[in-house]
Amino acid sequence: MSSTATPVAQSAPEPASPGAGTVHGTAPATTTGTASPGTASPVPAGRKAATDYADYRLVPARHPWRWVGTAVVGLGVAGIAWSLATNPRWEWGVVAQWFTAQSIVNGLLETLKLTAISGALGFILGFILALMRLSASPLLVSVSWTFSWIFRSTPLLVQMLLWYNLGYLYAKVSLGLPFTDVRFFEAQTTTLISQFAAAVLGLTLNQAAYSAEIIRGGILSVDQGQLEAAAALGIPAWRRSTRIVLPQAMRAILPTAFNEVIGLVKGTSIVYVLAYSELFYTVQVIYNRTQQVLPLLLVATLWYVVITSVLSVFQYYIERHYSKGAVRTLPLTPLQKARKFLATHAPVTREPTQERGTR
Amino acid sequence: MSTAVLTAAETAGSTEPTDATRGLVEITKVRKSFGATEVLKGITLTVEPGGVAVIVGPSGSGKSTLLRTINHLEKVDAGFIAIDGTLVGYEVRGHRLHELREKEILKQRTEIGMVFQNFNLFPHLTALENVTEAPVVAPRAGKARLSKAEARARGLELLDRVGLKDRAGAYPRQLSGGQQQRVAIARALALDPKILLFDEPTSALDPELVNEVLDVIRELAKSGTTLIIVTHEMGFARDVADTVVFMDQGQIVEQGTPQEIFTNPREERTRSFFSKVIEPAFNI
Repeated sequence: MSSTATPVAQSAPEPASPGAGTVHGTAPATTTGTASPGTASPVPAGRKAATDYADYRLVPARHPWRWVGTAVVGLGVAGIAWSLATNPRWEWGVVAQWFTAQSIVNGLLETLKLTAISGALGFILGFILALMRLSASPLLVSVSWTFSWIFRSTPLLVQMLLWYNLGYLYAKVSLGLPFTDVRFFEAQTTTLISQFAAAVLGLTLNQAAYSAEIIRGGILSVDQGQLEAAAALGIPAWRRSTRIVLPQAMRAILPTAFNEVIGLVKGTSIVYVLAYSELFYTVQVIYNRTQQVLPLLLVATLWYVVITSVLSVFQYYIERHYSKGAVRTLPLTPLQKARKFLATHAPVTREPTQERGTR
Repeated sequence: MSTAVLTAAETAGSTEPTDATRGLVEITKVRKSFGATEVLKGITLTVEPGGVAVIVGPSGSGKSTLLRTINHLEKVDAGFIAIDGTLVGYEVRGHRLHELREKEILKQRTEIGMVFQNFNLFPHLTALENVTEAPVVAPRAGKARLSKAEARARGLELLDRVGLKDRAGAYPRQLSGGQQQRVAIARALALDPKILLFDEPTSALDPELVNEVLDVIRELAKSGTTLIIVTHEMGFARDVADTVVFMDQGQIVEQGTPQEIFTNPREERTRSFFSKVIEPAFNI
């Protein structure tokens, strides 16, 4: 390697650098190696003229330990991949056979349904709870605080079982005016709380307690001056929240919110205690019958990985959208990077690649 | 009704003085405490329509708080503030003062523009969006809201006026401090206010950027809008003010023309303050 770097003097005089000639002006052809500076320039004796290094070749610094580390980790990764591929007990054939089986896909759809519904409801309720917590009314503040306190301090499993067995505590559910006999609506609790309803109820309320704190944190992270400026401009309160505060709060909310959603995807597996046939419960039912425990758990795992990966892509683009104005120039998306790479490395056309795609 | 708005906008856009009854500020015996500390101890001050009042004084003297009471960002504890004879934040009914509801207060604020020390531009909106946001949504007294197209045209005109028409699409973080503050001034002008409040508009700026902002304010001083400016730029104060107000410890120590206050102050406190701050800035 070092042999390519040493012959600076030979590679230098190639006329590839028009800039070097104009700088020197007087001695265009004599820029060979270190001998050049003293020759022609009118410099007072005793002081060396500044060398123009423009036509020197740059030798990057070497990092041998980085290479050692890379090699060690590379070996480890290769070892794991090898064992995954060759150990017959992973039973990849069984995995492939079940991966797209109808029952698994049905379970997957149930998982997605639970995630979407309780995620959406949870964040809406969380937003309301966050606003309550930030309000000036002491009652609203303490109700919101108590809600988060209770639902964050009881295990989700217990909450699930409690909702499912609500009929034991309250035989009937009714909607009416308190302390009167007026009833608008009344039903048996057991008919009302199906497995699905109990699952959604449990996941939603739990999710709301956590997302309330996330949203509140995001709102608090926005500079007070922003609200003041908006108020001074006469912008109405609702518009202040939605147009000025929330878009800025989103930057703080999004990373943690996506953590929560990804946690929720896998958290839905807890509803197996209600014998609700989502992905994880379905897998259990199958392996209890076929005894292929590990391959089927692998099927579920792979699907969770797929969902999480798709969500991560969404996260990347949504975060990028909300970083508008927060960074001076938006980073390129992977797609734009690929396009730029192709454009600069393709030998055929050399159009000027303006970075116009930063929006 | 859009024609009425446009004519109003055009009058403000030109540099000839507008209606003389516009923008009279009367502050009467205003008091304000934060906890145990009283920051304003009975301030009385009148700024004539189209006048330029510059408030100077040591930090902690209550200058900024006074400014913020004028558009009701701070509620006063006692005393009252009136603009063209109308109370700010309250309504007189019979012999009672009723506190105004949020919407009414917002309406009043649209007549009082404010420029902050830290600009407080909305970082997720472009320069133009910052300027056009309020005229489209804010409830305005006796005027219709602008349509998006009208607001855009007016916004570009205002950005042009502060010399930033070519940066309309830039986000605040892509602008220098001086440019950001000029956008903030354009934003305050977008509602066509009677009064403009400046809270130390150049304090967060590098020295070489101060003048580009001061030049814009000088232009505004000629336009007939009432300006109330809190600043530490004494040279600028002498140049632009018709009234200089010296505040210390929550009180107005003295006020008068720049000539009176800067060259011939009556009070010892004023003299000692200026002797500390003025020397370099005064050689203009």
